[in-house]
Amino acid sequence: MTSARGRIDIHNRVLLTLAAGGTVAAAVAGFVSYAPNRLLSGQPIALWEAASGRAAAGIGLLAAMLLAAAFISPGKMLHNAQAALAAALLLLVLAAAGQAASAMSLGAKPAVRISLGSAFWTLAACAALAIVDALQRLGAGAVARLLTAGAIVAGVVALAVAGIFDALSIAREYASRRLLFADALTRHMALVAGSVGLAVVIGFPLGVAAARSPRLENPLFAALNLLQTIPSIALFGLLIVPLSGLAAAVPQLAAIGVGGIGVAPAIIALVLYALLPVVRNTAVGLAGVDGAVIEAGRGMGLTSRQIFRQVELPLALPVLFAGLRIVTVQAIGLAVVAALIGAGGLGTFVFEGLGQYAVDLVLLGALPAIFLALAADFILQTLSAVLRRHLAQ
Amino acid sequence: MPGRRFLASPVLWVGLFFAALMLRMDALQPLLQRAFPGVQPVVYNRDSFFTLFLSQLGLVAAASLGASLVGVALAIFVTRPAGRDFRAMVNALATIGQTFPPAAVLAITVPMVGFGAQPTIIALFLYGLLPIIENAVAGLEGVAGGVREAAEGMGLSAWQRLRDVELPLAAPVILAGVRVSVTIAIGTATIGSTVGALTLGTPIFDGLVANKIPFVLEGAVLVALFAILTDLLFARLEGWLKVP
Amino acid sequence: MIEIDEVTKSYGGRPVVDRLSLSVGGGAFCVLLGSSGCGKSTTLRMINRLIPIDSGVIRVGGEDVTQIPAEALRRRIGYAIQSIGLFPHWTVEDNIATVPRLLNWRQARVRGRVAELLELFRLDPAIYRSKFPHQLSGGEQQRVGVARALAADPELLLMDEPFAAVDPITRDALQAELARIHRSTGKTILFVTHDIEEALRLATVIAIMDSGRIVQLGTPIEILEQPANDFVRDFVGRQGLGLKLLSVRKVADRLRCGEPAEGEPLSLDASLSEALSAMTARRADRLSVCDDEGRHLGIIALADLVR
Repeated sequence: MTSARGRIDIHNRVLLTLAAGGTVAAAVAGFVSYAPNRLLSGQPIALWEAASGRAAAGIGLLAAMLLAAAFISPGKMLHNAQAALAAALLLLVLAAAGQAASAMSLGAKPAVRISLGSAFWTLAACAALAIVDALQRLGAGAVARLLTAGAIVAGVVALAVAGIFDALSIAREYASRRLLFADALTRHMALVAGSVGLAVVIGFPLGVAAARSPRLENPLFAALNLLQTIPSIALFGLLIVPLSGLAAAVPQLAAIGVGGIGVAPAIIALVLYALLPVVRNTAVGLAGVDGAVIEAGRGMGLTSRQIFRQVELPLALPVLFAGLRIVTVQAIGLAVVAALIGAGGLGTFVFEGLGQYAVDLVLLGALPAIFLALAADFILQTLSAVLRRHLAQ
Repeated sequence: MPGRRFLASPVLWVGLFFAALMLRMDALQPLLQRAFPGVQPVVYNRDSFFTLFLSQLGLVAAASLGASLVGVALAIFVTRPAGRDFRAMVNALATIGQTFPPAAVLAITVPMVGFGAQPTIIALFLYGLLPIIENAVAGLEGVAGGVREAAEGMGLSAWQRLRDVELPLAAPVILAGVRVSVTIAIGTATIGSTVGALTLGTPIFDGLVANKIPFVLEGAVLVALFAILTDLLFARLEGWLKVP
Repeated sequence: MIEIDEVTKSYGGRPVVDRLSLSVGGGAFCVLLGSSGCGKSTTLRMINRLIPIDSGVIRVGGEDVTQIPAEALRRRIGYAIQSIGLFPHWTVEDNIATVPRLLNWRQARVRGRVAELLELFRLDPAIYRSKFPHQLSGGEQQRVGVARALAADPELLLMDEPFAAVDPITRDALQAELARIHRSTGKTILFVTHDIEEALRLATVIAIMDSGRIVQLGTPIEILEQPANDFVRDFVGRQGLGLKLLSVRKVADRLRCGEPAEGEPLSLDASLSEALSAMTARRADRLSVCDDEGRHLGIIALADLVR
């Protein structure tokens, strides 16, 4: 721990910054926020006042241990300990916040709103990043990361099921709209899955064609690139007129729900936005297959179709998958905006909340959207890594 | 002949069309009235399109400038010996942050600073920071090792190496990051109209709320042209920056 | 000119340069010769402080290098490396002018110096001044790299395997040019290589290194005729030793009086291996030797080659 000259060496500056940042935030900012009703803004309440003595002490202890860990020489055991401590801290901070809310709402009027404060968010973020840092220093593989994430998610779910979070304002908001939320979440995921699926069905053959013919490639990419720069809400808006005209002209379409606003323009726009990454990654992936390998296949007597299916496709798959990951995350984000044209999804809560200046309603839409995006990115990244390892064998 | 090439450039024509539409949308009034007979007024008139455009341009420019300066500075810090420890974490943050839906980031800043231009600028700045950091780090690290060694061995100071060798060579990649950042910023600023910022998205949003489709169309066409024009300008800029 | 005094450099506990001592006089062409990992590059880079010294002292021109600000030191020393490292975004002129401009030379002096150096390397200034590195061939890039190292007229030139990445024909031409420049400018050159032929051709003194230490220090002839131990013998190559000896000795050493013989004469400067090659090709056992003006100086005979 100390160098030969008797100085104390900082071995992990990132961890030190995170631990210090979390501590400072806990000291100066509010852990939770107490508002007597929905209309008034909340009073920030510090960690030591809000949380129970044991919880606050636990958080303090874990933070101190992580701070100390920054001064210890790196090693596998240290980093594993860092990950474990940070995970415990994250769960404890979540539990403490929920518990604080429960304690404060005991005997208080039902209109009281207890929401999460800046200190909470900073502590949670610093703890999460400390886990990421530990995993990076361990050089953890895809499976290890998946297991860690799974363990933490399991912990959070356990806390939620036990009702720890129920007194928080965001949980109350959720409780009063349970069905609506489930509906919005499923609609959101359906929009994403549908548009990504359609984009792959349309974009994959286009990408194959572009890889084969440079004459098609340039204008196609020029058009798709142009499309990509158009702001999403503008594209939604531009589709309203042609689609409502179409629905008016073809009543059968109107019967199945196609109209100027709603799901139809949303899906069409999402598919259009998803086309560029799909087409580009397909074309690049196929172009990246070593010509020598294809020639060897032809020399062995494989037909073009066999070569495509057995040689080109598997070798191009990692790049295709990377494109899929980009497209899915992008679609989740765009689907939030689609709520503005009546497509439903998590964005309905966001914009409804903004309209009423109800912060918790906004968070009810925004937070799940963010976590959905993070989860999709993480899962697809893991799948991609596993796929790559599988193909390399 | 340079004159003729200038005349043929898409930037010029798109720019002229955009300016014409923005300043003289009322010229299309009879056409729009015929297409949407029941809507009155048929051309958005709460603010001039020019004012909306300037407001959005201001938001995007201010946020992008700030994001460029801070992003490049952070990238420089993280590629020096002093900041090497933070490089992996900064990269992870940039990657993680870019998965956040921009609309969600915008919505979350409102409870912190209220409605209007402030949350929009903050969201634009934070979100715009990420692609610039990612590209600036990649660009700086992409400078060939031999070039860096020669520069150090010849006696260029650290600041001279950064200013005369590393930054000029990283510039094309950094510019590509700024381009991405600005494109996203234009889109997010458009949504910013839902939290009270004055942009070309305001007619779109107002039109959707009041069911006045011509407003939606006018705003959408203008902001689409704005985005395309900006992208074309950046493409031209990238062409100029290339080493002959 | 350079004094390396008991210098050590360790990485992770292992000494890469082990109490090395070496003294290089002004005007010498000293080659550090050895295989990968012997510490020759590390030694070189400690001289211009790209790598910090663990213990010992290095003096350049009598001054301890650690007492001079690093950048000032490096601007006094020319540095040429294998990967060349020309700045891709600057023209040839700007590249060569780097250190002179850092030293605030006047514009006119800089331009003149660039032209002078380009001519020295047989590159037409009018054509090459405004070219960019990617427009040059590998050999041209390396020439510009060395010209850049010489630009501020440093007393000392450090070169780290500068010709290793070039094709053999270009390498031969570059070696010849470097030898010529060394003779005409009289600069001190410290040159790192793993190629024994290159060392024998260019050096006035060779330091053979192994495991961070100097195994033998001597002139090319001393190394060939009196190898200090088996390592040196193996390194120099047991076979072809005779031919290497011939390549290091000059015609001037074996000149004798005699009537002019037929065929193109050799110059005094030619090596004995060139003489042997010419004799074999012409099936003659004696050749004429002339000076630069064509005046007959004497002959060289086959028998003299093996004396």
